[in-house]
Amino acid sequence: MKGLMRKTVTAAAAACLLLASSAWAETIKLGAVLAVTGPASFLGGPEARTLEMLVEEVNAKGGINGQKIELFLKDTAGSPEKAISLAKQLLEEQQVVTVLGPSTSGETMSLKKIFEDARTPLISCAAAEVIVDPVASYVFKTPQNDSFAARKIFMEMNRMGASKVAVLVDNSGFGKAGKEQILKIAPEYKIEVVEAEVYDAKATDLSAVVAKIKANPAVQAVINWSIVPAQSIVVKNIRQAGWDVPIFQSHGFGNIKYVEAAGAAAEGVIFPAGRLLMADLLPDGHPQKALLVKYVKDYEAKYKETASTFGGHAYDAFMIFEKAVTVAGPDKEKIRAAIEGLKDLPGTGGIFNFSATDHGGLALDSFEMMTVKDGKFVPYTGK
Amino acid sequence: MTVELFIQYLVAGITYGSIYAIVAIGFNIIYNTTGIINFAQGEFVMLGGMLSITFLQLLPLPAAIALAVLCTMAIGAAIEMLFIRWLVNPGVLRMIIITIGLSILIREAALHIWGDNVHSLPYFIGNEVSTIAVLGARVSPQVLWVIGVCALMVVFLNVFFQATSVGREMRACAANRTAAILCGIDTRNMVTLSFVLSAGIGALAGAVMSPITYTQYDIGTGLAIKGFTVAILGGLGNSLAAVAAGLLLGIIEAFSVSIVPLAFQDAISIAILLVILFVRPHGLFGSSAAAGLKEF
Repeated sequence: MKGLMRKTVTAAAAACLLLASSAWAETIKLGAVLAVTGPASFLGGPEARTLEMLVEEVNAKGGINGQKIELFLKDTAGSPEKAISLAKQLLEEQQVVTVLGPSTSGETMSLKKIFEDARTPLISCAAAEVIVDPVASYVFKTPQNDSFAARKIFMEMNRMGASKVAVLVDNSGFGKAGKEQILKIAPEYKIEVVEAEVYDAKATDLSAVVAKIKANPAVQAVINWSIVPAQSIVVKNIRQAGWDVPIFQSHGFGNIKYVEAAGAAAEGVIFPAGRLLMADLLPDGHPQKALLVKYVKDYEAKYKETASTFGGHAYDAFMIFEKAVTVAGPDKEKIRAAIEGLKDLPGTGGIFNFSATDHGGLALDSFEMMTVKDGKFVPYTGK
Repeated sequence: MTVELFIQYLVAGITYGSIYAIVAIGFNIIYNTTGIINFAQGEFVMLGGMLSITFLQLLPLPAAIALAVLCTMAIGAAIEMLFIRWLVNPGVLRMIIITIGLSILIREAALHIWGDNVHSLPYFIGNEVSTIAVLGARVSPQVLWVIGVCALMVVFLNVFFQATSVGREMRACAANRTAAILCGIDTRNMVTLSFVLSAGIGALAGAVMSPITYTQYDIGTGLAIKGFTVAILGGLGNSLAAVAAGLLLGIIEAFSVSIVPLAFQDAISIAILLVILFVRPHGLFGSSAAAGLKEF
């Protein structure tokens, strides 16, 4: 009796293992390394929640070509070191077919070579141009190029007739990359950078540096290029100094929380942003309208918080992955090739057109200029 | 440099300086009664801001801040009673590690309760764009609130330590614990009181500065480092020296912007700390003879 019992148990256990492993084999393993906590959590948080929502949605519909997606979501806390070890873990232990993320440019750059060596696609949610320029075969990104934002800002400055600017950037990877782009592109638009300062992402008050740039009479406009909450402090300090200068922000300002943090000082700030912030205002025929409205509605209903363009980058990364797998199946090499073949694909960031030489897929028109009026984002009309 | 620009830098420096000074005073109060550095001091400042913001949803601003300060004081007392009080002859290292652990614990708890977003109290007077002209420079009224409240706290603490019997008992405990026990002072209660007091002033500072600096779950660490620098700079244990050192550091930081890029601001303050540690390890205003007698 005892022996039989043992046999039954063993058999049952073996059956379970078999079942489990067969179920295992059928899922598509998708990795994600995002800064869910830490200083970049305002990026990673919405990105992670977006991914979880989308994976749930796709699996509820039966997955991709009948295969469910298994999401391995890892929190890097914004640290490149952690991103490296978590990415290696995903590649070696979980054997994922693609990794989405990381959230920040610094982390992405530290992963670029690893994914080239592992021959596994990485679809980053970070914006810096260096991620895809020079092109690395396996590394893609979904956010608009920093240079698009810089060009949009310069075009508006040309229109306004402002040619001498002060540039303030934060000391994150985003800020540094932005400063490089600004300094590189400015001469093309005949714009001179007369002051350039870098502030700490954890800065608590920047009135001293504002006093310094204000004291330079040549400054006609300020570009405040940042992705951290401290950018709101710059805006406040400028207005508190009684300085009525036009303030341009980067696309990193596209989070209503930064507007709330800057309060009345945010009024009139001009910045380029993806169309997610103006989903409801888009004309009905716009190719991005339907998916933007649906994403914003779904996200806000599920998480009770305002959808941000950052979550949108994860939406795009996932959508690109989904489309590629639908075409190519869950194979690293085929996914990579399929992504390069994606054309005219509307996402939250714009219309994606990938190719072997363009791993960003977006063009200058993916940005619209926006401003803040009564504490809300509205399209900028150029007063 | 124009007068206007000079004043603008000066006010910015005094603002930074007052905040650093308050954190440093918090360090000093606890250092004086226990001989340890409480690395959770920055977290008291964070809690003051966060709790005020939470209570503001139910109460008017002054009541919300008062309640937040009281709650933080209670947390300070609880920390002392739960983690410090029952230790028999604790080593300095052990106590420091306990406070570092507590700071991580409080920070993570705050992350779970309030999330990772920045929060802030509304401006006490006016809003984000209102300014007051001071000798041609323009400053936010909230800056005056920060400077004023910090000044009041320093005055209050001085009166408390000099003129009240509880304050004198705390000083006695700081000067010589054994002698204080022999005089019938319950040194254990004094230690609890020192935690309550430093939690309270930290929380008040945290609430007043919140509109300017924002409050986020992890602001405590940065503040603790700056406050610690200031406490060392002034000479550990001396609260008035901390005020002087705080203002000095704040003003140096503000004016440094006019000469070197902003990015070097922290490098400057840390360089000053290193120089002080090499040249005057007992601080600018401390006495080397007294420092030599201390365990840490």
